[in-house]
Order: sequence, then C-alpha cells, then structure tokens
Amino acid sequence: MPTGASRRRQATEDAEQMATRSRPLSPHLQIYRPTHTMVLSVLHRATGLVLALGLLLFAAWLLALAAGPLAYTQLTRLLASPPGRLLLVGFLFAYCYHFTSGIRHLVFDTGRGLERRAARHSAWLVVVVSLALAALSLWAMLRVGGSP
Amino acid sequence: MTLKTPLGRVLGLGAAGGVQHWWLQRVGAVALAPLGAWFAIALLSLPDLRYATVHAWLAEPVHAVLMLLLAPVAMHHSWIGVTIVLEDYVHGMPAKRTALLVAQLLHLLLGVAAVFAILKVSLGSAA
Repeated sequence: MPTGASRRRQATEDAEQMATRSRPLSPHLQIYRPTHTMVLSVLHRATGLVLALGLLLFAAWLLALAAGPLAYTQLTRLLASPPGRLLLVGFLFAYCYHFTSGIRHLVFDTGRGLERRAARHSAWLVVVVSLALAALSLWAMLRVGGSP
Repeated sequence: MTLKTPLGRVLGLGAAGGVQHWWLQRVGAVALAPLGAWFAIALLSLPDLRYATVHAWLAEPVHAVLMLLLAPVAMHHSWIGVTIVLEDYVHGMPAKRTALLVAQLLHLLLGVAAVFAILKVSLGSAA
C-alpha cells in the first residue's frame, strides 16, 4: 500500500508526463479548407478590430475639432497625405464590410438564414453589397475630401 | 446553485459573462446600424471637410445629440468586441488580464474624450 507522500509524488510525475508527452491535438483552423462563409466570418472579426483602431482616429478628429482650426488643419493635412488616404480607404472598406456583415449576423441571431444554402447566398450578398457601399462612399469621400 | 469555485467567480472565469456580453453586443449593434449610417451619410454629404464647415455642422443641436449617442455606443460596442477577441487569443492570466484592463481603460478614455469634444464644440458655439 503506497503512503500518502509517495502517492502524491506519483501524481506529480504523472501530471508532468501528461504535460510533456506529445498528444494528438484537435484539428486547428489551418487544417480546414477555407470556405467563403468561414473567410467572411473571420473578416468580420478582423474588420471589427480595424474599426476599433479607427475609433482612435474618430476621437482624435473630434478633439482636433474642439481644439481649434490649427489642430484640425494639421490633422486633415496628415490624413490627406498618401499614407493617410490609404488609411482612410482601409477604414472605409472595413466599415462597409463590418456594417453589412453585422446585419447578416443580426439576422442569424434571430435564428433565420442558418441553413447552408441560405448562409452561402447571404454570404455572397454581403460581399456584393459591401463592395457596392464601399465604392459609393469612396466616390462620396473623394468628392467631399478633394479640397482639404 | 453554481459549480464554480469562489475564486473562479471573483476572477470572472468561465462562461458567466458570455450571455450578457452577447446581448450587449447585439443591443449596441442594433443602435449602431442607424447611427453609423447617419454619421457616414451626413459627413460625406457636406460640401467639404474644412474646419468651419465641420464645426458648424457639429454645432447643430440635433447633430450633436446624435453624435453624443453614437460615440459612447460605438466605444461600448468596440470595447466588448475587443474584449471577446482578447479573451479568445491572449493566453496566460497576467497577460490576458492586463490586455483586458488596457482595452477597457483606452475605450473609456476615448469615449470621454469624444463626448467632451462634442460638448465643447456644440456648447461653445451656442453663446
């Protein structure tokens, strides 16, 4: 009959062995063949993170507006530079996508559209609508921001 | 009855906050959809984005009120979204806890800054 101490030692050794032994893992994301519905779902999260960074700019823009013409002009001049424009276009695409895809997810949350066929159709719809929205707002942005 | 340990409950471990996060994220999203669309359309239909134009636009009471709704709701939605992502991908307790805290405080800071700026512009030009 093992004593309490030796049983504890045995348990510790077992635990260490379990932690170091290479065990079969459940399949990871990169194992699966990407499907467009899956890519779209990942994109929703990714664009959400991009937009969280966009809120930094949103707050900075409002603060510059409150600080006065000098600060505001400095910020808009920065945003009118090529990297600034690239950033804005990126935020714009992320916004249009997250917005459209978000509405799709809200419909999902009501329990509708979850069947494979419906989900695939709405996925393409999200791609088309978000690209159309992005194109439309890009045109509007170039019109309004043409003379900063 | 709960099967969680007292320590786990205090640290907010497990799936306890899941439903609340999920629900708040949806409430925020439903409010954000019209507010966000309004903001984008209103901003992009201005004649230009010069200081005087944008300042006068934000000074309008209706615009200021809608912006005062938009900014906190957007910050809240973003905070929960970032929290869920951090909970999923940052491993190890000190790192996860620090990341969550930083995300929360940054969103609070940005939210207060945005609200203050909107109030300053709208109330400052009322006089």
